[in-house]
Amino acid sequence: MYKNIFIVIVLVVAVLWLINFFHEDEMYNLHLEQLKQEYALQPVSSVDHSKLPALKKEFKTPQEVTAACISCHTERHKEIIASTHWNWERVAYIEGRGISVVGKKNVLNNFCIGSNANEQSCARCHIGFGMTNDQFDFNNANNVDCMVCHDNSEEYLKGNAMAGYPDRTVNLKNVAQHVGAPTKDDCGACHFYGGGGNNVKHGDLEYALLACDKNIDVHMAANGMNMSCISCHTAENHVMKGRLYSVSSENTNRAYCEDCHTNTPHFDDLLNRHTAKVACQTCHIPVYAKVNSTKMSWQWSEAGKLHDGKPYTEENEYGDHTYMSIKGKFEWAKNVIPDYIWFNGTADHYILGDTIKSKPVAMNTLNGSFDDKYSKIIPVKIHRGDQIFDLQTKMLIQPKLYAPQPGDSAFWEDFDWELAAKAGMERVGLPFSGDYDFIETVMFWPINHMVSPKEQSVGCAECHTRDEGRLVKLTGFYMPGRDRIWQIDLLGNLIVIMSVLTVVGHGIIRLIVKSKRQKLNIH
Amino acid sequence: MVMKQVKIYKRFERFWHWTQASLIIFLAVTGFEIHGSLKLFGFEKAVSFHQNASYALLGLIVFAIFWHFTTGEWKQYIPTTRKLIDQIQFYSVGMFKGERHPVNKTELSKLNPLQRLVYLGFKIVLIPVAVVTGLLYMFHKTININDIVVIRGFDLEIIAVLHTSVAFLLLAFLILHVYMTTTGHTPLSNIKAMITGYEELEQEEEQQQPEKENIS
Repeated sequence: MYKNIFIVIVLVVAVLWLINFFHEDEMYNLHLEQLKQEYALQPVSSVDHSKLPALKKEFKTPQEVTAACISCHTERHKEIIASTHWNWERVAYIEGRGISVVGKKNVLNNFCIGSNANEQSCARCHIGFGMTNDQFDFNNANNVDCMVCHDNSEEYLKGNAMAGYPDRTVNLKNVAQHVGAPTKDDCGACHFYGGGGNNVKHGDLEYALLACDKNIDVHMAANGMNMSCISCHTAENHVMKGRLYSVSSENTNRAYCEDCHTNTPHFDDLLNRHTAKVACQTCHIPVYAKVNSTKMSWQWSEAGKLHDGKPYTEENEYGDHTYMSIKGKFEWAKNVIPDYIWFNGTADHYILGDTIKSKPVAMNTLNGSFDDKYSKIIPVKIHRGDQIFDLQTKMLIQPKLYAPQPGDSAFWEDFDWELAAKAGMERVGLPFSGDYDFIETVMFWPINHMVSPKEQSVGCAECHTRDEGRLVKLTGFYMPGRDRIWQIDLLGNLIVIMSVLTVVGHGIIRLIVKSKRQKLNIH
Repeated sequence: MVMKQVKIYKRFERFWHWTQASLIIFLAVTGFEIHGSLKLFGFEKAVSFHQNASYALLGLIVFAIFWHFTTGEWKQYIPTTRKLIDQIQFYSVGMFKGERHPVNKTELSKLNPLQRLVYLGFKIVLIPVAVVTGLLYMFHKTININDIVVIRGFDLEIIAVLHTSVAFLLLAFLILHVYMTTTGHTPLSNIKAMITGYEELEQEEEQQQPEKENIS
């Protein structure tokens, strides 16, 4: 009787345990549902700008619109005038440099190199009007472009090489009457097209985000939460949360996934512990450039080839430029697996006037290491290229690229590197010896957007594997499944092999002895 | 001298033995998959299986310790050097010559001196090291910006190396142990005993009351 009861109990426990062991039922993530509810509520504006008398008039210049804005929003322009979007520079502490002033004004990049001497064209992405050269008045409130960020009519558009002025087709009255919180279109107008085309720079920010499904971006999906940029990049007094380390340097005011999702977002404790050393993006953005290709390399050294004295372009099957006389040779890629690095949120940059210390020249250096407790593994796009530099002074050169017409030393018109280098360096007040060549450069772009559905996250074995895992290049720490001490493995294998040999040898001798004895017995 | 069926392994002992055996084999398979030595379930499943099986083993160990102390069976493992050399000689030379086992197996002394030593080592060195390093491995956390700290000062590498080393030793133990079971009266008599609990043991006529003798 007792025996039967005992057997039944054991069996029930065993069955329950086995069910628990093999059953994988997805638990209901209440926290996520809560977040979804929170973000499903779209704020409704309390003001209809089309009813405001100050905006019921024809505007001759965009500055008049700004003046109208300021007539009600009397202090906002001061916030803008103090912002990085306006100043193109900020004060930051950089390891090895100390307190520095860094930004688009003095940092070079791996694409169109730099804005100096090219403001007329580059200012298309400046939130002001009339930045034609380095004499722009950063204190003139009327030059603040409110519309470029706050247009809700989808009509506003900055003109090509118009120093930040709107295109002549724009109906300023219509735009002024339809302003509101920045939309994806507004942010994307600059941030999707940096580097001269869609998705050229970032690889994870492009116009596909304006209308995409969850496979492309779980947050911004039109059939999902349809979040906008400012859902995460919240702003107070016009200071946006979030850093992009092509120009930023400090580990402050960053936008983190953890801000909403916490640093223990998984049900599995083992996964949660990964967040100590692995950024969310590392697993949840398995590939970038999911829809349109992104530029992976840019060789300025190839620029300047002409057909019959005229510049030309070449394209690949997707319509991406693979060669442009004015810019050089490009490589593009789609669905790219990111590279991975340790990153602690601080960065250094190549600043105009720096002496080249290593090859390839790092346009930006993302700091971090395994031992640093502030560091996590993040995914990055590595963009490679080459740029013109001065053989004598060992400085990268800021060339003058843009001019409205030929004869003004601009490379895009005259295709003469020497003239362009001389004019550019003169503008930034740096020496140019006349002796130039091209040097390899590299730039790191943290990948933060286009988060995939969790089913598509990077699987365990994509890193925890002996060879060719995603983290194969990150060494100096022990990762289960990837690393081993070969001496221990060798010793262990030897012990196991010795055991097997001993057993087999012993067994064979026993069999031989046994059969001999049987023969003897028979005899 | 007569051969007699003796109940030598009690029900819990047999349950414990075979459960432990299967868990250790399962842990070895999943563990070596995590280590990267073989591919079977896939890394993610292997980790989850390894963890669950380790909890099961921990539970079993708790029961086993309780059983050993409450029944006094722990005394079976008190090491002795008496006839240890004889036993080694038997396995390496004697048994080929057809000699008899140097130590008589009885209900109250079912382990020979070599078994006592090896099993004791298994119980107080191999398994504890495996368990402790396993727990450290499982709950290894690093200090980070989120201030998730449980274990600091322990490098995962050291833990992993110890854990892997014990795994190799346990594997070697398993191979030798399974082979040694065939050195009984007949090749299968030991295994049969561990399944049924009964084994045919030699018993001398005058050993009618072995309990008393042993106590003295």
